[in-house]
Amino acid sequence: MALSTPARTATTITPEVVRARLQGRRVDVGGRIFRGALLCALLFSLGILAILIFNIASDGIGVLTSRTSTFVNGTLRSLPSQAGVAQGLRGTFWIGVFVVLFGFPLGIAAAIYLEEYAPSSRFTRFVDINIRNLAGVPSIVYGILGFAILVDTLGGVTGGRSVVSGGLTLAVLVLPIVIITSAEAIRAVPSGLREAAYGVGATRWEVVRHHVLPYAAPGILTGTVLSLARALGEAAPLILIGAVTDRLGSNPSVIDVGSLTDRFTAMPNVITTWAGQAQSGFRANTAAAIIVLMLIVLVANTAAILLRNHYESKRLGH
Amino acid sequence: MTDSINETLSGPAVVPDVTNTAPEPEEHAVVFEARDLNVYYGDFRAVRDVNLTVRQHEVTALIGPSGCGKTTVLRCFNRMNDLIETARVEGSLTYHGIDLYDRAVNPVEVRRHIGMVFQKPNPFPKSIYDNVAYGPRIAGAKKDGLDETVERALRSAALWDEVKDRLKASALGLSGGQQQRLCIARAIAIEPEVILMDEPCSALDPIATGRIEDLMTELKSRYTIVIVTHNMQQAARVSDRTAFFTAEVNEISDTRTGILIEFDRTERIFSTPSDERTEAYITGRFG
Repeated sequence: MALSTPARTATTITPEVVRARLQGRRVDVGGRIFRGALLCALLFSLGILAILIFNIASDGIGVLTSRTSTFVNGTLRSLPSQAGVAQGLRGTFWIGVFVVLFGFPLGIAAAIYLEEYAPSSRFTRFVDINIRNLAGVPSIVYGILGFAILVDTLGGVTGGRSVVSGGLTLAVLVLPIVIITSAEAIRAVPSGLREAAYGVGATRWEVVRHHVLPYAAPGILTGTVLSLARALGEAAPLILIGAVTDRLGSNPSVIDVGSLTDRFTAMPNVITTWAGQAQSGFRANTAAAIIVLMLIVLVANTAAILLRNHYESKRLGH
Repeated sequence: MTDSINETLSGPAVVPDVTNTAPEPEEHAVVFEARDLNVYYGDFRAVRDVNLTVRQHEVTALIGPSGCGKTTVLRCFNRMNDLIETARVEGSLTYHGIDLYDRAVNPVEVRRHIGMVFQKPNPFPKSIYDNVAYGPRIAGAKKDGLDETVERALRSAALWDEVKDRLKASALGLSGGQQQRLCIARAIAIEPEVILMDEPCSALDPIATGRIEDLMTELKSRYTIVIVTHNMQQAARVSDRTAFFTAEVNEISDTRTGILIEFDRTERIFSTPSDERTEAYITGRFG
């Protein structure tokens, strides 16, 4: 290895000497290999994703194009050519609503409290560590929790094995993630911004409301929407809550609030059910349902990105 | 207290560009009075036994080497230290005779009367107009009249001519010096009595620094200014009184506690300091 420190020899400085020094012939082998390895990792991940998407699309696109209406409006049936995802869509829609209405505000509020109000006591640190641990708890455990509390104990309110129970369980499931990502975003707000607001006589609430939250909004949004995508894709807790997997008689409209306490199903459960069916027609149905679920998540993510961009441009003072 | 009343100047000022050399016959009214002020961060004593008097319509400079507690003392004046959970203040600090740390005193109200400009320009990520209007708005200012308040504040901060055509543009698009003057306008807009400045020029180039220093001289006819600076020439140029702080090192715990060495009229501090540590610092032999 040639050291960059030139030897203190009495060579006369000529353009040739300088050129030779500056150009160098050393090839950065390690750097190139590392760069190549990183690129490979990226391409590998993207490749697997592409294969998955291609596989599912080629299996399911036929169903979606040939019988769009009966598939989207159809119900859980044993006949593959008539089965549809209407009930699953409805369940997934309401789960999303519950997560957004309960999980997000609770989580963001908890994060604000932890970051802006809570004294840095042993208790606060204890809570903080526990929230981080909760984020790593398997989702099935939340299912048990939801079953014990929402289905069993509070069954009179939630209707038992209902989309209310399922939605609230998933709202609780995403809470730790929402709290952690929101707290990170709030912590990243420059202290100079807080001081500036306090300095002109703002109250703590005004500092939070006018400066901290708008500044942290893009980060909070990114975290919460990722958690929404996770909630929409969860099947395991809903199985415990009692999402219907075989046949669901009723097919109320999406906006029928009265039937929220009835039995329900959701897209991930529709997918797992169909994936286990022996009839060959369900293979295409499964793929088509996956496409539908992916589209839903994609729409949610797009909305979040647009919102985030909006808040980010606000952060630049526009 | 090294500050004695009706002090007459002895000997010529060695600093040539002191702008306020004429000794005033009578002293201005007292705004802040610190008596045996001690500030702790947890168990660590950051500042020890500070006695200091800040007078109306004067610029009081707090100077000294890094880590000598001058910013800590400044932040006591508008209870900014309250934001640091472990910070604790002992001794007395009065504002027009009222104990600033009395339980009945609301720190939010304190900051509405004692404005602050920070070391690093920290405009809100909002428009120039909204930056200046923010303070009056949360204080309950009506929509009509706000335009005049903003204009007056921007004029006072010598920024109006540069930004009057782009009030709706983002404050983050301004240069560093303009941003700092915007922060001064933001502080002025709430019509405080006192403006605290924490090394307001440390992030600025000499031209922007000069503008802010001129501004301080203009503003002191209407406000009382306390400025922290590590730039001795700046203290000599703009201030009427100077407090010289230094740090004493605790050998056992390896911590530094700020102490006030000398507090006097700026001319005296820079011409005939009574403490040799002050002299050593202003002549550049330490710090």
